[in-house]
This record gives sequence, structure tokens and C-alpha cells, in this order.
Amino acid sequence: MSSARVVITGVGSISSVGKTSSEMWESLCAGGCGIDKITAFDPVGFDCKIAGQVNDFKVRDYIPKSFRKSVKLMSRDIELSIAAADEALRNSGIITKGMDPENVNVEAGRFAINLGAGLISCDLVELEPSVSASVVDGKFDIQKWGSDGIEQITPLWLLKYLPNMLACHIGIIHDIQGPSNSLTCSEVAGLLAINEAAHIIARGDSDIALAGGAEAKVNPMIMIRQCLLGRATSDNNDEPDKALRPFDADAKGSVFGEGAGIVILESIEHAKGRDAKIYAELAGIGESTNINPVYEHLEADGKGVQIAIEKAMAEAQIGAEELDLIIPHGVGIAADDLAESKGIEAALGEAVSKIPVWPTKSMVSNTGAAAGAIDVVAAVCAMREGKIPAAKNCENKIKGCNLNIVTEPVEAELNYVLCCGYGYGGQTAAIVLKKFDG
Amino acid sequence: MTEKKPNKRVVITGIGIVSPIGHDVETMWDALLKGKSGMAKTTIFDASTFPTSFSAEVKDYDFTKYTKNPELHKDGHRGSKFAIGAAAQACKQAGIDVESDEPTDGIDRRMMGIYLGAGEGSVNSDIFMQALVNTMNNETGEMDWGKWAEVAFGGLDPKDELEQEPGMPVAHLGLFTGARGPTRSCLTACAASTQAVGEAAMLIRRGLADIMIAGGAHSMIHPLGIMGFNRLTALSTRNDSPTTASRPFSATRDGFVIGEGSAILILESLDSAEKRGVQILAEVLGFGSSSDAFRITDMHEEGRGAIKAITAALEDAGISYKDVDYINAHGTSTTENDSIETKAIKAVFKEEAKNIPVSSVKSVMGHLIGATGAAELISCLMAIRDGIIPPTMNLEEPDPELDLDYVPNKARKAKVDIAMNESFGFGGQNNVVIVKRYEK
Repeated sequence: MSSARVVITGVGSISSVGKTSSEMWESLCAGGCGIDKITAFDPVGFDCKIAGQVNDFKVRDYIPKSFRKSVKLMSRDIELSIAAADEALRNSGIITKGMDPENVNVEAGRFAINLGAGLISCDLVELEPSVSASVVDGKFDIQKWGSDGIEQITPLWLLKYLPNMLACHIGIIHDIQGPSNSLTCSEVAGLLAINEAAHIIARGDSDIALAGGAEAKVNPMIMIRQCLLGRATSDNNDEPDKALRPFDADAKGSVFGEGAGIVILESIEHAKGRDAKIYAELAGIGESTNINPVYEHLEADGKGVQIAIEKAMAEAQIGAEELDLIIPHGVGIAADDLAESKGIEAALGEAVSKIPVWPTKSMVSNTGAAAGAIDVVAAVCAMREGKIPAAKNCENKIKGCNLNIVTEPVEAELNYVLCCGYGYGGQTAAIVLKKFDG
Repeated sequence: MTEKKPNKRVVITGIGIVSPIGHDVETMWDALLKGKSGMAKTTIFDASTFPTSFSAEVKDYDFTKYTKNPELHKDGHRGSKFAIGAAAQACKQAGIDVESDEPTDGIDRRMMGIYLGAGEGSVNSDIFMQALVNTMNNETGEMDWGKWAEVAFGGLDPKDELEQEPGMPVAHLGLFTGARGPTRSCLTACAASTQAVGEAAMLIRRGLADIMIAGGAHSMIHPLGIMGFNRLTALSTRNDSPTTASRPFSATRDGFVIGEGSAILILESLDSAEKRGVQILAEVLGFGSSSDAFRITDMHEEGRGAIKAITAALEDAGISYKDVDYINAHGTSTTENDSIETKAIKAVFKEEAKNIPVSSVKSVMGHLIGATGAAELISCLMAIRDGIIPPTMNLEEPDPELDLDYVPNKARKAKVDIAMNESFGFGGQNNVVIVKRYEK
């Protein structure tokens, strides 16, 4: 029976601020911003014309030769997850069958994978010919589509868009045969996936897990959805690096992006058994839900966030004053950020006025299912380097927000870091990371 | 997470279903036993020219009778609305007070969570497709995104857009039940709701929740869904005979029949159920989960992942393969699944394989995709309760390669104490849950 201690031994990320976690960390320390004008498609006619894109990225660079024919089955979400998984595995010292079949050092059946994934948008360019073949008198005709149009769509079309395909492709490349799950809880999916993977290890069903999230939001379908829901900013198209303003009085909405964050989790015995470098321990995890009839917004008092944090803190068995850093969700939507700050304050009490708070989305953008996992990677980097970079675009705190947002870089030993998040629609999650002390 | 978690027994105290063959458990069960098929011509959209023009739809369903606040859920997609009905039934049976400002059931909301295997809402295909038509610039051959935006902004409804998110059925249930415990939604293709029930049970076992509202909710009977499965040639194309089209384990099987619905189970720690004095329907004894790590397009030829999940579930349950009285198969009626599932059962159950009744209720109910595992788990509970095994219908021409006891065409009386539910999904997702008649 495995013990319940779960540690992080590898991290990987890809986002608009860097194609690796170290690139991301350097960029965040330099106050870099990955948000810029959309070039993935022409955003003419869209209210929001900016996003956090990953440029010059080729998934082939991350895939062993023998798996390359599967590239044609990969949506962008899948590609990004593969890149971050590759970095995380290399960072952890784990060698999988896909990396080097002669020197595998992990047992496939005791290896789990658990990813947060979004609603993957279909490629409209790919769909278009079938639709063009189904027009009668200038109108789309579903009968013609059924009889003539759909035959023009590639037979394996659906498999590009099932949310579980991120985990399946990674599992095939790296021979991961343990439990595999794909959580679809919008912007908190990545955090929840890390939580669940930790449970799977803690209960003894796996020794090691690849966990995190990935999502590609820079496409017409998602941009239209977020614009229609009023969540995307439309006021800052000319100043992309100032556009996403977490907890700031001038916040006008979120800016969406693409990316992936992956961590390698292990039972402490497994990590020590292979002399792995241990970055952090998962000291406590908590989950709850937001209850709000306006589904796309967090409830005004942030109660769901509060409960998740309280549960994580109780499990970590620490008081609020022991936290050295909070990485909140902070999406740049004023009402939601205020609600989140209230939830954090309700959970942690007066200590919030002193604990440094460092939101990352003003630089990374809102990467949906990847967001929480990217924050966990950033937290691990901050603990490792003993440094909190300055927050960006939060000069003028929103009224009623009592969080201590770091405006200048801080150098300090970080023993406990809290990451929290929520999804529009409801679910909330929190993770307390502890610097590893043996 | 340093504290050692308790190992609590997990029981089931409520069940509810909205399915193509009944909007409550008893009606569904009766239809399964009598083989009353839920399949017919598709009416949700005009599928008349698609390779497959029929499906198993939920018909004449009115979610408003299950809620005091229908306006909160009126914009929900089909899956969200099905989930409200199924959860209302299950909560009522389990004595969970829903939609109450001050619940009197004595349940700590922070220890009550939700876990569904749930799927997407349909895109508004009329507007979506028309936007694509308008987007193509015939002179340049390029997409004109300005036109796309114009049509899409003009026609798409933000509420429909929100409801496409697969996590929305869980969000609706949060509002409906007031649950504040661990809340997750997963989508591991056709294995999703079995995985949801299994993981939810593990949360209770480890003391992280007292009650989990678990199951599935999904409808893929929409143009992109049917197109996608048709292109994969996964669906039966027996358009002239919908009711006999789903024929698991038969030599003439040609694909699955897509259905839709929601099935919800109330999982509860034995302590909590005893303290509340509610009726216990069965115990969740074991859960096993694995991935094939083989191919995106195919199951592993020898059923490697399926064998691992079944074996893990038996180990987790602490029982031998000899103890299983009934296997509710994934049994999709595709050539590949039924053949490999049979191989996997033979590999695990060895000399007992041919003695254990194995049946597929998909022959009658259809394949509810993300919701299918939970619906089938409910049929396992009914088999335990009534001592009767639902048949595999339409098994007129046995496949000579497939030689297990598939309970063909007629329900069978049998004492069932332990039942196993198998679910396998695209990409190699394997999940198995074992339930047992409750004994103190």
C-alpha cells in the first residue's frame, strides 16, 4: 500500500510566453507579455482581435519518428499537450518507450494520465468543402449535406475532436497504460486533473501520473463564443500587452490564448526510489462548486472558491499566515475577479492583506483548460528560484479587493504556494504546494 | 495529503434515469426485459439522407416537471435537461432535499459532490453551416472571416454557445442540488459515466465526500455527431429496420445505434446512509480503469487494456473472477468491440467464461455514449434486485467466433449477487465497476 504523499518531479509548459517552462519563467520575470494581434485567422469582424498565441510551433519536433503519421489526426489542443508532456517527462528524468525503448524506467501499467481538456473547436476550413457541396439556392441544405456533403469529410474527423484524445495520443506515444481520464470543466479542468491524478496515486492505483491541461482557444469558434458571452475584452485591441487586467479597476474582459501545462506526479516512494529531483509536494487539495444562476459568472461572494481553498488548507494542515504566495485565477473580468478575491479573503481571513498574490494571465492570457496547470508549473518555478515576479496590469486594484498583489518582484524562500481556480459553469479547485523538505 | 485516508464502504441509495426506453427506472427496466426497442427514425434533425437515418431518441420528455425553477435550466442542452430529470428521481429516492433554501435532510452540502461523464451541447447547425456557406469567397477560394463573424454574431445565441461546454450538465446539477463538495465532469468517450461513477466512489471511499451524485448525461444525436460516427463507419446503417439494427455479438452486426439520455446514481458512504436511515440498493465493490495505449482508431487486438481494467476492478473488489454472477457488457454491436470484449472476458474468466451470463442492453436502449455506462450500471442493480438478467436482443445469428452465454433474446431468471459493468471508449479508455447486493 502506497503512502498518501504525492510529489511533483517534472514540469512542462507551452504558451504565448514561451515554448518551455524555463522560457516561460524568464519571460514572466522580465514582465513579458504573450498577448498580441491574432494571426491564426483574420479576426476582422470580431470585437476582440487579440490573443495569446503560440507562434512557430511544430508538433513534429516532439514526436518520435514512428508515431509521426498520427499527426494528421491531431487538433491544435492535442499538439500543444504533446509538447508540454514531452518537456515534463524529460524534466523528470522518466524515460518512456516513446523516448528511448532500450532504457525505459517506468512501469506502463502503474503510470496514469489525467488531463483537463476543452471543448475542441473543429477546423472550419476543413469542414468548408463539404458545406459548399451542400448549398441549394444559396442556403445550406442538410439533406444535401447528408447525401453528398459529408462524404467529403475525412473519415477519422471525429477522432480529432474528442476531448479524451489529448490523453490518448500522449498515452500511445509514451506507453501509459494506467488509469486515463479527461476532465472537461472549462477553465479549472487543468487543476482538477492534477487533483484527481494525485488521488489516484494516493489511493495506490498508480505510482506516477502525467497530469495537467491543454487547450487551443485561438480560433473563430471559441472567439465568437467568448465574445457573445461578453467575456472577451473589446476595448484594448490596440494595446494588447495592457489588455488583460486581473483585479484591476480598469479591467474590461479576458483575453484568450492557447497553451498546455503538464506536471509529473509521483508517490514519494517512487520518486525517491529512482533518485528523482523533487520540486514540491502536494500538501493539500480541495474542490467545490460555484452556484450561480448566471452560469458564465462566479457567484458574487466567491463561496465555491472559498470552500475549495478551505479544504485544501485543512488538508495541508497550515494556517493562512504560512502561505508565501497565491496564484489566483484572475481572468480580467471585473465581476469575476472581485468575486474570486472575496472568496479567497473569506477562506484566508485577514492574512490576505500580507500574502503576495501573483496573477499570471495578464502575460500568459487565459488558456482555458491549460490555465490552472500552467499556474502550477509557474508556482514550481517560483519555489525553485525563490522569487515572485511582478504582476502586470494590476496597478489600480478593483474596489473591494483586499488582495496583496505584488507590484515589484520579491525574492524570498517560498515554502507554501496556493493555486486556485474556477470554471465558468461552476467547478472550483485549489492546490497547496509545499517546498519539498525530504 | 499526508494523512492516511479512511477506507469507507460505498453504497448506492438512489437511482434515476431518462432514457430512450423510459423516463424512469421501472419503465426502462420493463422495456429491457421485454426487449421493447427505443430505436426509430431520427426526428431531432433531418437525418433522412444520412447514411444512418435512425437513432434511439428520448421522446416526449418534459424536464419542467422535475424542478421548481424551470427557468434556471430552460436554456440547458438536451443532456443538461435529461440530467435534471434523472437527478431529481435519484435524489428523491435517496432522501436528498433539492431546490430548498434550507434543506432538512441533514446532509452537509460541502460533503456532497457531483461527478458526471457528460458531453457537449449541439452547435446551432443551421446558423453555423450557413455562416460557413457565406464565408467562402468563391473568387479567391479563401475563407472570408468577416462574413463568418457577421452571420455568426447575427445568429448565434450566447446561451446555446455556453451550453456547448461539456461541463454544463454538472453546472445545472450544482444549482439544482446545492452540492458544494468535489465536482467534476469527464468525457472519456463511451466509457465516461462508468469512469465518473468509479472515481466518485473512490472520493467517498477516501473520505473526501459523504455523498456523490454520479452518472452521465449526453446526446450526440446532432448533425456533427451523426456525421462523425457515420464517417467512422461506427453506426449501423440498417435504416429499413431500426428496432433490429443493434445486434450485439451477432454475426450480422454492423455497428451501434446511437441513443441519448442521463442516468444518475446516488453514491454514499455506508456510515452516512446508515446515519440517515435510507434504503441501501447495493454496494459499489470495485473499480478498475486503464488505457490501451495502442491506437487512436482501434482497440488493442487482444483486449490488453480491457483485461487490465477488469482485473483491476476484481482486485479492487477483493473478489475472484469466480464470484461474478453477471457481466453487463459494453457490447456495442460493432464488429471490433464485441469480438475483443469477448476475448478479454475469456482471458480473465478462464474456465468460467462460458458459464457467466453476459448481455448487452444496448440492443434495446441504444448506445447513450457518455451516459451509457451509468445507465447500464442501473440495469445491473435491477438484475440484482429482481433476480433476472436482461437479454441481448436481436441475436438471431450467432457469430461462430463469439461463444459466450450472451442471454439471447429472452430475459432469464438467475440469482445475481455480484454484477460487473464494462465500458470501453474510443482511444482505448477502459472502465469497469463492480456492484454487489448489500449485506451488513
